[in-house]
Amino acid sequence: MSKDNQDNVGMSYLDSNATKLFKTYFPLVAFLFVLLFPFYWMGITAFKPDNELLSRDGNPFWIINPTLAHVEKLLFKTAYPQWMWNTVLVSVTATFFSLFASVLAAYAIERLRFKGAKNTGLAIFLAYLVPPSILFIPLASVVFQLGLFDTRLALILTYPTFLIPFCTWLLMGYFRTIPFELEECAMIDGANRWEILIKIILPLSVPGLISAGIFAFTLSWNEFIYALTFISSSEFKTVPVGVVTELVEGDVYHWGALMAGALFGSLPVAFIYSFFVEYYVSGMTGSVKE
Amino acid sequence: MTPLLERVQNSRNVLGLIFMMPAALLLLLFLTYPLGLGVWLGFTDTKIGRAGQWIGFENYIFLMGDSVTQLALFNTMFYTTVASVLKFFLGLWLALLLNKNLRFKSFFRAVILLPYIVPTALSAIAFWWIFDSQFSIISWALVKMGWIDTYIDFLGSPWNARFATLSANVWRGVPFVAITLLAGLQTISPSYYEASAIDGATPWQQFWHVTLPLLTPIIAVTMTFSVLFTFTDFQLIYVLTRGGPLNATHLMATLSFQRAISGGALGEGAAIAIAMVPFLLAAILFSYFGLQRRTWQQGGSDK
Repeated sequence: MSKDNQDNVGMSYLDSNATKLFKTYFPLVAFLFVLLFPFYWMGITAFKPDNELLSRDGNPFWIINPTLAHVEKLLFKTAYPQWMWNTVLVSVTATFFSLFASVLAAYAIERLRFKGAKNTGLAIFLAYLVPPSILFIPLASVVFQLGLFDTRLALILTYPTFLIPFCTWLLMGYFRTIPFELEECAMIDGANRWEILIKIILPLSVPGLISAGIFAFTLSWNEFIYALTFISSSEFKTVPVGVVTELVEGDVYHWGALMAGALFGSLPVAFIYSFFVEYYVSGMTGSVKE
Repeated sequence: MTPLLERVQNSRNVLGLIFMMPAALLLLLFLTYPLGLGVWLGFTDTKIGRAGQWIGFENYIFLMGDSVTQLALFNTMFYTTVASVLKFFLGLWLALLLNKNLRFKSFFRAVILLPYIVPTALSAIAFWWIFDSQFSIISWALVKMGWIDTYIDFLGSPWNARFATLSANVWRGVPFVAITLLAGLQTISPSYYEASAIDGATPWQQFWHVTLPLLTPIIAVTMTFSVLFTFTDFQLIYVLTRGGPLNATHLMATLSFQRAISGGALGEGAAIAIAMVPFLLAAILFSYFGLQRRTWQQGGSDK
């Protein structure tokens, strides 16, 4: 029991060990089992040979002869590496562009307080509430009119529509916590607004930038409906869309390759997330708090 | 420095406009304009590759009499209501569990969010395999335990498919609700619990009279987001069933995709998508007014 945890646990230390085991750890382990089982199943299927996959005998929870055949098929017989590259390219570019635009917007709304800043802030929040599934049809026609249909640029330009509102909202909250006095001091020393933003505000908001960046990256990595609608050639697809539309051929499902595709498509976000859990959680809860 | 440049740098309005430029241009072109275009498309008979004519409310009148659309609306309401209620109770329970004094607390918290951060389309594929009619691991386990004789056709019959997709949605949404509610729980001062315990409150009374009232604002916001995302869900259904069997799992979003992109009827699809807006607005307003009455809980004045 670490000491810092005891601050907000109420009176639960009065529970006896047996009660605690039954009332806390038992349900918690059940939750954990249900929440993590699909990942275990993904992993085990990805390395299981076909004859074990399609047999109802034996113990399905384990592999007798692990195989790399599914992974090999995925890497060398499908466009999977290309989809992976597309996803990385689109996610990283969209994230950095959104961060850039959001930093400027959030600073303008929160600190420059130009005429109409308050309403602009509200509009940004409302933009965050517009779900992609009511936007994709007209957006498809906009993308088509601009000649961007079936290009990665279409995704790089449309992903910021949900990234910018989120990042701006998050960064506005972050900028609000930085004392005005710091800016006033810099202004007295002759710094202009741009210098203040670069040299004072940004270094102080690195945690906020990381939160927004991680969150934006996972959102673009996971995006599905725009990528499904705006991209038709295999070479420009992202991992989620590629796996869903191209790995399923006819009635014969290659479960091993499908699960390997799902596993490797999930690992990068899970990996990045594992390093920045705290930032991610603060980004998520920050988006809900006002 | 030229005087003009200096004036620009010191005018908050001009500088504000310049700073807003990248975000504003992008959002106007790819968010505001398409939103308006969507409303307009809903009033036309546009097809893919053919500009449409203004036909007024014809799309909406047709959709109101269309049995598939009626079914999709019913499915969406059912899916949203049941999934949100389940996500709320399970999420609150999980948050309360995680708020206790535990070993490996931060590990639990980190691992629990995994379903939420992994691409939904990919975890849906895992569920597709788990719900497979011939090789489902759930069926296998139930048969081995002797609870059932034949394998369950999870995605093959209407009500099975509804509950299968619903459970996958709940699986993905519970972590979000749990972690945001946990953040809310952690802001409640332990002194309330100590004071109420001294006054003789039982744990149940503490939950009902201390935890729940103080948690209401964050519950309102979390559940609004949850309802919003569930109502407009697309990926899970698209991957698991494509709306089948017999349109039993079609949601408004998947139906609008099917009509507009697969079927080419852009106008009709846009009308279905726009028809979701009133429901979303109702959810947002409900939560907004639910929140306002409770400003005192966040340290504001009692109105």
